[in-house]
Order: sequence, then structure tokens, then C-alpha cells
Amino acid sequence: MTSFGTAPPRDISGASYAMDVPAEWPWSRILRRGQTLRIIDSEGQQAVDALLYCVDDPAERYSAQDTLRVQGSAYIDLGTRLVSNRGRVMATITADSCGRHDTSAGCCSCESNAVRFGEATKYQHACRENFILELSKYGLGKRDIVANLKFFMNVPIDPEGRFTVADGISAPGNHVDITAEVDVIFVISNCPQINNPCNDFNPTPIRVVVWDAPAV
Amino acid sequence: MMAAETRRETAEANRRRYEELRAAGQDAVTNSLPDATALDALPIAPDAVISAEQVPAGWYATIRLRRGEALRIIDTTGRSSVSMIGWRQEDTSERINCADTVKVQWSATLSKGRVILSDMGRVFMSLVEDTSGAHDVLVGGSTPASTLAAYGAPSRNTHENFLAAAAKLGLGLRDIPPCVTFFAPVSLDPEGRFRWDASRKRRGDFVDLRAEMNLVVVLSNCPHPLDPIRPAASGPVTLVRHRASPAMSDDVCRTLSPEMVRAFAFTDRLFA
Repeated sequence: MTSFGTAPPRDISGASYAMDVPAEWPWSRILRRGQTLRIIDSEGQQAVDALLYCVDDPAERYSAQDTLRVQGSAYIDLGTRLVSNRGRVMATITADSCGRHDTSAGCCSCESNAVRFGEATKYQHACRENFILELSKYGLGKRDIVANLKFFMNVPIDPEGRFTVADGISAPGNHVDITAEVDVIFVISNCPQINNPCNDFNPTPIRVVVWDAPAV
Repeated sequence: MMAAETRRETAEANRRRYEELRAAGQDAVTNSLPDATALDALPIAPDAVISAEQVPAGWYATIRLRRGEALRIIDTTGRSSVSMIGWRQEDTSERINCADTVKVQWSATLSKGRVILSDMGRVFMSLVEDTSGAHDVLVGGSTPASTLAAYGAPSRNTHENFLAAAAKLGLGLRDIPPCVTFFAPVSLDPEGRFRWDASRKRRGDFVDLRAEMNLVVVLSNCPHPLDPIRPAASGPVTLVRHRASPAMSDDVCRTLSPEMVRAFAFTDRLFA
């Protein structure tokens, strides 16, 4: 099941955009069809929550259930096609040096943290706060937040249905490439969670890089 | 440095808490779940019934429930699956959240004693009775693309049922969250691929879903995308809205775990 991408190293000088996203911060950018976004887990074991919306009509957005149904399996890895709620392929995972990403656990929120870890954790920064603020730049809001991608997060589901947010398996410098198949708004929350192992209890920065052309 | 020291101590304390919650959530809680409801048990007393209807194969129904009422969904023929989405009546931006439902309960399976959570850290519905325990929260319902691929021709499907039902409430595509599908025995093999286990479907299987807030749900009676059954061979389902016992302090769903105690307490505050 686990696929390890073998994409050749790409020259950063050929990139059209590069940015370090600080720990706990959101980020977004419009990716044009054909552009490739690389997300680099700079220090390792850092979960990156992501949502995609079609530029032409943001009501069409990434759908975890459509993606898993089309794929027939529960995890995101090399070759996974990211499918919209209208059944269109929005983007494809074109490189992956980590091998395991989740899309069933959703993002953390102040409200779900309070349920999971106690009421004091309600007053900690959370991915949904990031998503709400970042989506507001595009006229979108809480109702637009659906079950998201969670890159570099390891959430094994066993045959009995046990569901665990386990220790991250991404090493420093691991990356995942996402190539847009249509113009998309790509939104990231660099996950601030400190109550479970998805970030090794210690959120760290990530790096995002965009290339205009596919790797040769 | 002091700050680094404190940070490391906090991280270590948080890891200990996580491991304690995980051990409890995956072992003790799972072992204390109630047994499935017997198929022939618990007929609803006639004076507790508020309304009842039958939904033909391929169609949908929209049902409003007040807090404390329950909905029984009956797979009359054993050949149906029922996909469900729903919103809080007073604020439809609050809706079912499958991701939080599985994450908070440490389980991708729903059965008697489990709950469906809203996206606001509150309990949306509780599975107070369940004969089946074979429900899907990961794969979702059928769509135009899935039915075309499976049957070679367009067919009524859950995605379009949800759209139609949402439109009649003044809602739209943006408001359709991932769904739960009842009587859909989906599990994962060790490689993470989805499996369909038809042997876990029985004629007359039912669930009782108790509303923990005032809500509106849409129920779509279309074959699950992994079900090899053809739509024409599927059957009707029966929906019975009825009065249930409220979630008292010793309620099995409420007391199942520390997470559930908190989720119910946060829900109660809406009505305090």
C-alpha cells in the first residue's frame, strides 16, 4: 500500500514561488492548472492540513469521501487523485517521500479539542481558526470547511475500525507534491495541535514551493 | 533555558494524557459498549410514535427532530442503505462532522452506545439502539459518477438527493457535509482497501437515533457505492419519528468515556 515517491530532486531555482510558513500559521495561494505545489516538512513530524476549492466556483471543493471512494482505499499517497464534490479530479499527488497521509480525521478545532482533551484546551490555537481566517480572504467561511487533507499525519485504521492519531512518520525534509488539474485555491493550516502526536507535541515550520511546469 | 524546559515538560505531560486517553478510548471503552439490540426487540409503543413514513428506493426524506425525540430507520428488506446528513435547526452552519465523530471516539465504526458529533464539539445524535453495528462514515454515498460507473447509466443517487433536499431548506452544495451511511458494512483490509461484507446485512435491521439538539436530517435511500446490488433490487426503508427517553445522567452514551461526558455537557449548555 505504501508508495515511496522517487521523483528526482528539483532545482529550487526553477521555482516560481517559495515561502516558509511559520509554525501554527495558515497559508493560501491560487494554483493554476499544471502548476505543482511542494510542501516540505522542514523539521519532520509536522502535520499540514489542506483544503482545495475551484477558482471558477468555490462551491466545488475537495471531497474526502469522493476521493476515497474513487480510490477504493483509505489513505492518501503517491498517485492519489484529489476528487471534488462534483466528481472532478482537482489535483494529483505527483511525488511523495513520506508515504502516508490522512483525510479522515479532519482538522482540529477549539471545540473538538475541548471535547477530546478537556475544556482548558479550548483556548489554544487550532486549524479551524486558521482556515476561517484564510478562507475569509476569498469570501468563504466556516460552512465551506469540509473534511480536509492532512499531509504527513499518520492515522492508521485497523480492520476492527480502531482509529489512532499515531506518531508522525515524516522525516525532516520529507515532501509531497500536488499538481493542479484545474485552477484551485489551495489553503493550508500548518497545524498548531499540541495535544496529540501529529506534530510530535511541538509544531514546527514548513516550506511551500511552486513550479509552473511539471517535473521532466 | 527556562522556556524550553517548560515547553518540553508541557509536551511530555500532553503525551502522557494522550496515551492515557488512547488506552481508555480503544480498550476500556470498546469493551464496555453495550451489546447490539436484538432484531425482534423494542417495538415502539403506538402512543410514542409521532409520525412514520416509507421512503421508496432511490428517494429521500427530510425530517425535523426536537431534542429528545428519536428517529428509527428500518432496513425493511435488508437490501437498503441509508445515507444521512443533518444540521442544527437554529444555526445550519452547525452540522454533522464525520471526522470529529471518528477521531473523538477513537473508532471508525458506529454501533449502539456511540454518537454522531456536530462540528461544534456537541453531540448531534446518539445511537441509543442498533441491531446492526455495520455503518459507514468513510466512503460516503452514491454520486452521479459512481452510479454511472457501476450501472452504465445515470441513476438516482445520494449526492443529488442531498442537493434537492438542501435546496428545499434554502441550503446548497456548500452545506452538504460528508455523510454517515447506515446498514453499509464497510471495513478496511490490512492494506487499507475498503471491503463490503454483505453477510452483515439482515432484513429488519434498525437504528434508533436520539436527537441531542433540535435538528433537521436528510435521509437518502440509495445503494451504497460499494454495494454490488442493482438499484432495482433495493427496497424501501421505514422512518419512524418517536418520543424517546432523554439522555439522563446515567445514560450509556453520555457516560461511555470522558470525551462523551464533556460532549454531552457542552450540548446541555445550549439548553441551559
